Amino acid sequence: MDNNKTTTKIQELTYELKVEEVMCTDVETVGPKMPVSQLRDVLYNKRISGVPVVNDNELVGIVSIEDFIKCLEQEEMNALVEDKMTKNIKTLYADEPLVHAIMKFEKYGFGRFPVISRKDKKLVGIITKSDIIKGILKKLESVYHDEEERRYRASHIFNDIIADEVFLKFQYFVEGKNFDKAGEASTGLKKTLYRLGLSPDIIRRAAISTYEAEINIVAYTDGGEITAYIDPHQIKIIITDKGPGIPDVEKALQPGFSTAPGWVRELGFGAGMGLPNIKKFTDKMTLRSTVEKGTHLEIIIKLSDYRIED
Amino acid sequence: MNLKDIVQKLDLKVVSGDIDKEISAGYSSDLLSDVIANAQQDNIWITLQIHVNIVAVANLQELAGIILVNGREPEEATLKKAEQENIPILLTELSTFEIVGKLYEMGIHGNR
Repeated sequence: MDNNKTTTKIQELTYELKVEEVMCTDVETVGPKMPVSQLRDVLYNKRISGVPVVNDNELVGIVSIEDFIKCLEQEEMNALVEDKMTKNIKTLYADEPLVHAIMKFEKYGFGRFPVISRKDKKLVGIITKSDIIKGILKKLESVYHDEEERRYRASHIFNDIIADEVFLKFQYFVEGKNFDKAGEASTGLKKTLYRLGLSPDIIRRAAISTYEAEINIVAYTDGGEITAYIDPHQIKIIITDKGPGIPDVEKALQPGFSTAPGWVRELGFGAGMGLPNIKKFTDKMTLRSTVEKGTHLEIIIKLSDYRIED
Repeated sequence: MNLKDIVQKLDLKVVSGDIDKEISAGYSSDLLSDVIANAQQDNIWITLQIHVNIVAVANLQELAGIILVNGREPEEATLKKAEQENIPILLTELSTFEIVGKLYEMGIHGNR
C-alpha cells in the first residue's frame, strides 16, 4: 500500500515538475564544421555521451559517442560533425511537464534530448535520464521536509484534547542583569506559538510584547518569570518579578520616560518605549507594582481570528 | 530587491546568515525598542549596536538582515546567535548616514 502511494506521488511529480526545472542549463555545444577527431576531447573532458550541434545560435543536430565510435571504426576521423550528426532531432520544450520527457525517452530510446524554448526555439538546456531521477529525488526530499514540518506542528492539539476547558501553560525563567540571555524567553515563546499554528500577526504581537517585558526584567530586576496561558480564545501572558517595583506607574507608561541606567542605555535599551510598545501590541494590559516588592504585568492578546487547522 | 545584490553593490562583508532573501524596506535606529515598534518584516536594519540582542530583535521582527556601521564587528555571542538563528549580519566601514544614502539610491526606501 505504501508502495502504491509512493508511485502515485512520483507520477504526480512528473506532471508537476517542468523540464526546465530538472534540465542541465550549462550545455556544452559544438559547431557543425568541427572535425570528428576533436569531438573526443569535448566528450571525454566533460564526461558526456552526446552533444548538441549549434550553428549561429540555432540547433542543427546532435552528435553522440556512438557516431564518434562509428567514425573511428571506419577511419573517418577527418569528417565534419555536420556530416555525421543526427539531423532530424527530437527536442523538448522547456515548459513541458516532465512526464512528456519520460514518454519521449521510452519512445525513442535516446540518451538525451536538447531542450528549446517555445518562444524562439533556441537551445536552453539538455536533459538526460539521470537529470530526471535527480530532479524527482530533489523534489521528493523537499516534499518530505514540508510534510515533516507540518507533522511537527501541534496545531491540532486543541481539537485532540477532550475537556470542557483547555488551556496550555508555558513558563520561562528570566535571569536579571544578563543581557546575553535576554530575548531567549520571548524567542522560545514565539517558536512555540508558531508550532501551535497561530496566525503570524498574533505571534508577532505576543513575541514583541513579551520581549519588551523580558528586557524590563533583565534591565531592572534580579530576575523574574514569564508565564503564558493559551486557550482557544486568547493568549494571556503574566510577567512577574520580585523588585524593585515602579514608583510611578503612570509615568512609566508615558512614551519616552525611562529610568534606565547608563549601561542599559548604551546597549540600545531604555528609550522609554518598552511599556508603551507592550500597550500598543496587546489588547489588554494591566500593570501592578509595589516598590521594593515587585511588579506584576498581565497582557492579553485575543485570538478572534484563530483558526484551528484540520 | 535581493539582499545578495546589496551585499555585492555596497561591498558589505557577510559574517553570518543566508543572504538570498528579498528586502521590503529599510530601517535605521540604535534604540532596540524603537526598532521593535517601527521596523517591519523583511526590513534591512542599519545600526551601530553589536551586542547579542540585535539578533533577538531581528528574529522577533523577522528582519531580512542587519548592517553594522562604522566598521564595527559583532560580539562573539552575537555572531554565534546569528548563525544559530540564520540572521544575516553585514559589515561596512561607512557611517549610518552614508550607507542609508547609498541604499536609498539603490531604491530601498522606508516603510510606507
